[in-house]
Amino acid sequence: MVALPAASTHGNRNVAGILFLLAIGMVGLAYAAVPLYEAFCAATGYGGTTRVATDNPKGIIARQMTVRFDSNIDGGLPWQVAPSKPVTDSIGAVETVVFTARNLSSKTVTGQAAFNVTPELAGSYFNKIECFCFTEQTLKPGETVEMPVTFFVDPDIDKNADLATIRDITLSYTFYASKNKGS
Amino acid sequence: MADTHALQAHDAPAHEAHGDHGHITGWRRYVYSTNHKDIGTMYLVFALIAGVIGALLSGMMRLELQEPGIQIFHGLASIVYGTSGAEALDQGKHMYNVFTTAHALIMIFFMVMPAMIGGFANWFVPLMIGAPDMAFPRMNNISFWLLPPAILLLILSMFFEGPSGANGVGGGWTIYPPLATSGQPGPAMDFAILSIHLAGASSILGAINFITTIFNMRAPGMTMHKMPLFPWSILVTAFLLLLSLPVLAGGITMLLTDRNFGTTFFAPEGGGDPVLFQHLFWFFGHPEVYILILPGFGIVSHVVSTFSRKPVFGYMAMVYAMVAIGGVGFIVWAHHMYTTGLSLNVQRYFVAATMVIAVPTGVKIFSWIATMWGGSITFRTPMLWAIGFIFLFTVGGVTGVVLANAGADRVLHDTYYVVAHFHYVLSLGAVFAIFAAWYYWYPKMFGILYNETLANIHFWITFVGVNIVFFPQHFLGLSGMPRRYIDYPDAYAFWNRVSSIGYYITFAGMLLFLYILFESARKRRPAPANPWGEGATTLEWTLPSPPPFHQFETLPRIDAKAGGH
Repeated sequence: MVALPAASTHGNRNVAGILFLLAIGMVGLAYAAVPLYEAFCAATGYGGTTRVATDNPKGIIARQMTVRFDSNIDGGLPWQVAPSKPVTDSIGAVETVVFTARNLSSKTVTGQAAFNVTPELAGSYFNKIECFCFTEQTLKPGETVEMPVTFFVDPDIDKNADLATIRDITLSYTFYASKNKGS
Repeated sequence: MADTHALQAHDAPAHEAHGDHGHITGWRRYVYSTNHKDIGTMYLVFALIAGVIGALLSGMMRLELQEPGIQIFHGLASIVYGTSGAEALDQGKHMYNVFTTAHALIMIFFMVMPAMIGGFANWFVPLMIGAPDMAFPRMNNISFWLLPPAILLLILSMFFEGPSGANGVGGGWTIYPPLATSGQPGPAMDFAILSIHLAGASSILGAINFITTIFNMRAPGMTMHKMPLFPWSILVTAFLLLLSLPVLAGGITMLLTDRNFGTTFFAPEGGGDPVLFQHLFWFFGHPEVYILILPGFGIVSHVVSTFSRKPVFGYMAMVYAMVAIGGVGFIVWAHHMYTTGLSLNVQRYFVAATMVIAVPTGVKIFSWIATMWGGSITFRTPMLWAIGFIFLFTVGGVTGVVLANAGADRVLHDTYYVVAHFHYVLSLGAVFAIFAAWYYWYPKMFGILYNETLANIHFWITFVGVNIVFFPQHFLGLSGMPRRYIDYPDAYAFWNRVSSIGYYITFAGMLLFLYILFESARKRRPAPANPWGEGATTLEWTLPSPPPFHQFETLPRIDAKAGGH
């Protein structure tokens, strides 16, 4: 050859530069996936992610729905949480139920609940107006608190053919010791 | 930067053939190497060593699975840890998982990728496009020398604590959290993650080098649509690497910070979601399987064309089928995740998109057969491996279409059916393509001939062996045997024993392969520039065997009227 013309060497560097940026951009996209994924879950109810609402503007329909409640506790959290009894009512009715949590340890413990509903497709129709899960809960040693959840099921669920046979929705919480132990 | 120094060396008056105007020799020739052929050879040797290690690991697995119950690993654990009884049994079970994980990571990152991309592509992309070397020879050197530390980190990880009381990473190559975070808190996982980081960085640098070389350094007259199929396959592969590996790097960095620095990307207690890791992983993982197989497509095209003495049938269709496979490969990742609770519509989409891939793949298989059709075929060693590849890859492709169905996958997910599927396309498909390339280009690379009778026997032993290993695993999977367990109920005993016997046959083939290398190196029968006759039309056959240290001191000119191939 040999000498690559200077222009060609230049061209090589330009191409390589663009490709480097592309690679770095893909790393950026991987991190962007974290908030995007959360937004996607909230928008679509993916994985049983529930909605947040202030009231139910769509009224009540005749179809009945039973909502069951479930609570699980991570090994690292010395609490006992009793879920509410199941509630059966017309779809669209706003309900409030109460979970009861007790701190079994002799220390002040802060916990946080993660949640979803099953069937997962129902997530986008399950609206919470008020929930203890929106914030962290701090319990003093031996303290027992009642934690309310106010919710309704969106009447639009009746229009979803995939959910036509559904009569039960289960709202499940898993309680974890809070990672931000200081607060 | 990279090439100025190399250029000065080249600027000296051209010397022919020996061409060694004061080239550095001894260990410096390799450690400091900026020559694409030397680096390619180092990659091939590296892949060979890693392949032997990976094969030995799988041998331990097959030895264990030969009979129901646990025979090997609790004994191994009591040797390693000095424990006994139930403790040794638990450690043995973990050690089995460590072996499967290491087998997968070594075969993917340190055998197939270095052989195909680092080895054959480094050697033959510049030769086939008529370039004097790679665009960035020093970056090429870094790409290679990142790999030994990477595999060293992976091997080290096997000797550090993973879960409490046992060593090594046992979470499978997919390293899903929470098993990879809270499940295995010891440093072993950190070593494995850093190993993948290094291997990934090496591949990204390599990909940039290949794309630049192919875009900018083709010989005059070689347009993109005249470029041979192997460089095309490497171009598509390099783009897949460039777009997918950084996502894996991001994902495993999140894993690393979740493990060590208190972030909660994948931890639900902090608002994260472990399933997100699966999305990130498979956004990389699915293109990755095409990265492993696409260079094989290119190799097989050349071999089939050479030994049929016909140009490849449907050159343009072959090129754009590879581009299509690469493109569609990025939008099918969740077919690995049908059981994670995807909504019905999402599953419908991924089923349809996945099945679409069968179309360009079918085009390729059709074209290989059409190339052979009416050709004057000689069944030389590389051709046997290439036809073996076509057969085995098609079997794996058919089971892939079965698994693409979300409904069927619900039953077959994480069973031996999946293991059989991906070993047919990768372990057999990719490895057969590597052997086809090895036997096709061996005389060119090293300037000596191998014993073709022995090499044909190597093919037949391996072909019979791997089919006996993996075909029965379809039956095991269909009857419900799950992957990643050291033990199984007696009902699965028969086909497991058959599968293990197949391994021993394959292993004998590997020993024969090593003997073939030894024999050819001892006899040193000189190879002609073109040992394959008129069918071998690409540029590398215009050079002597082995090619001079610096080739194409005058760039070859490609005839404007010459066909695409």
